[in-house]
Amino acid sequence: MTTIEASPAAAPARKRSAPKPMEETIEFYGNVPDENEGKHFRYCPGCGLGIAQSAIMRAFERLELDPKEIVTVGGSGCYAVMGSYYQASQAHMGHGRAAAMGTAIKLCRPDLTVVTLQGDGDALAIGAQHFVHAARRNIDITVIVFNNFVYGETGGQHGPTTPRETITQTSPYGMVENDFDVVDIALGSGAGYAARTTVYHAQHMVRAIEGAIQHKGFSVVEILQNCHELWGKRNGMPTAPDMLKWYKDNSITAARAAKLEPEDILGKFIIGTWTGPERPELGEEWRKLVDRVQGGEVEAAKRGSGKPPALA
Amino acid sequence: MDLNILERLKLPSEGIRVADRRLLQGNESICEGAIAAGVRFYAGYPITPCTEIAEQMSIRQAAVGGVYLQMEDEVGSIHAVMGASLTGTKSMTATAGPGISLMQDGIGWTQTDEIPALIVNVQRAGPGLGNATRSGQMDIMQARWGPNGDREAIVLSPSTVEESFWLTLKAVNLSERFQTGVITVPEGLVGLMREVVDIPDYDTVPIETRLMPDDEGAADPSRIYDGTMTEIRPFAAVGTEHRSINGNWMRPETDATHGVRMPLTGLSAQDYNIRRLHHKITERRDEVTFVEEVYTDDAEVLLIAFGTQARTARFAVDQLREKGVKAGLLRLITLFPFPEEIVQRAAANANLVIVPEMNMGQIRGEVTRVLRQHPAEIVGVNHVDSTYIEPDEIMELVPVAARHLEGAAV
Repeated sequence: MTTIEASPAAAPARKRSAPKPMEETIEFYGNVPDENEGKHFRYCPGCGLGIAQSAIMRAFERLELDPKEIVTVGGSGCYAVMGSYYQASQAHMGHGRAAAMGTAIKLCRPDLTVVTLQGDGDALAIGAQHFVHAARRNIDITVIVFNNFVYGETGGQHGPTTPRETITQTSPYGMVENDFDVVDIALGSGAGYAARTTVYHAQHMVRAIEGAIQHKGFSVVEILQNCHELWGKRNGMPTAPDMLKWYKDNSITAARAAKLEPEDILGKFIIGTWTGPERPELGEEWRKLVDRVQGGEVEAAKRGSGKPPALA
Repeated sequence: MDLNILERLKLPSEGIRVADRRLLQGNESICEGAIAAGVRFYAGYPITPCTEIAEQMSIRQAAVGGVYLQMEDEVGSIHAVMGASLTGTKSMTATAGPGISLMQDGIGWTQTDEIPALIVNVQRAGPGLGNATRSGQMDIMQARWGPNGDREAIVLSPSTVEESFWLTLKAVNLSERFQTGVITVPEGLVGLMREVVDIPDYDTVPIETRLMPDDEGAADPSRIYDGTMTEIRPFAAVGTEHRSINGNWMRPETDATHGVRMPLTGLSAQDYNIRRLHHKITERRDEVTFVEEVYTDDAEVLLIAFGTQARTARFAVDQLREKGVKAGLLRLITLFPFPEEIVQRAAANANLVIVPEMNMGQIRGEVTRVLRQHPAEIVGVNHVDSTYIEPDEIMELVPVAARHLEGAAV
């Protein structure tokens, strides 16, 4: 996995104050299923979604967000229940449509924090058009992509990020297609902030998400996640620790990768944070336009502008 | 201002002040009706014959402080509309032809997860790509049955430019009242023609807004769960004191939005909710049923038409009456829920029912269904070449009038 050339940016520095006990964070942001009512987390034992779910809560806490001012938006997949485990409002609806819905929510309520929770298939197969166009518009939302290389909820079929030659339920002879690089697509589509992290690097994950939410504009965090049940088992890593160790052994930081030769980073997961050029944010631009129209400064140009454009 | 239009649409006319009289295109009229109703978010993808709605909205939403968002496709458009509506903003989209097919998934969500939205399908002719610049009435059953699964739908059809204004306003009101995606199906002809419209002062028109948790009476548990399968629950918008949970329609017991847990789980919750999605509308049928009746009291020949074809049917009725035929017209403004009882009543004295429509007989199928125990002959006049049905074609089907047309003695 490689990443197109972009300036590696530092993730936000660790806060000096000691983190609160996790119980307090969960109490404030979490909505834990009540086992006394026979309800349980819907993840498989050892699933990386649990680590990601905690990291997202930690990021909310570091940013001191009010759960009433957070909206999570998502589609279909194992992660789709995650929204219900938070105190925040949630819209887990059409498969792949989170970026479209999130764009509209943010335009109507710019004061809210909009975080989409999406799988690799949700964000980059069925919802790829909304993902790239939300990035192009640079709407101030954060897209979190849980990339486990596989369609988990339907039983382990290949998806747009499945590595070549690996075995899935619909690539029984080995995957013949090429895979997407989430960070490349995000940056290439205009995202101002993109990060890649893994479930092994839990502290880095918290900082990456915190930075993404803080970033004014479209931001993406790719979380490389273990699906040992449906992908690991078919590819020589049958347990969660196997996959965490795989991420540990095969990840290098963007800062370190920048100093290595291309052949030395081949096949490695490059984790880190990248920033793209600063571009106008859609919501802010639209509100400025409304002010100008309502203030009588500009009229709809029905006959054109009368001059060639100065292209940026 | 045509007060008959308001009366038919059950809109109170008191206090409405006319502000302007303008020659408006149907698509413009739809935009203005929506803005008058309080629509402050438009998302869409341009498609003929409704592009003027997008163009007009790009001007108007900036002026009224709303949002115009041109999406990457129709799927994104309908989901953006839902996202906006989740914030409590009245929202709409417009499309046509293959665009409305692409939107079916999202339309299903608006009706199932009870998210108010207006969907305008300015009907072009034909299946598939269709005939973009030609008019049709071929998306009627799709409007009712397009999305997967079983739910009731409100589908409305205007026949003039002025009616388009008020019907659009009414459709937004109904979407708010019933918390569902309401579909209007003006034909391309209505969208593209120009007629004179009396524009009201928007501050004086009757508008409705969805029931919210903090509204008076909304916290009354009987309004939230009364076990009658007809309740319309308060709508918790995102970013308020009330946690808004969307996308789990089958599990009302987990719905913390309203602070009330429903005593249902699993399949009984599914059963309850599917029935409720029907009953909340059908048990309030009077609120959503609008028709225009011309000489239906004693009609022996009953014409049932909608949209533009009701306008030519009206000519046929007048001419038949001149020839001594007791003809009448039932114009359906509400197509769904299908006005079964009104059709049965209007057909009470009929021995011939004629359904002229610009498709192969979609509404005729509904008429046949509800008159299955009625002895009247039911025939269709069907155009699928985008030409309009002439009064003579209808009259040819009435024996007395047909003889006259052929020059025979009456």
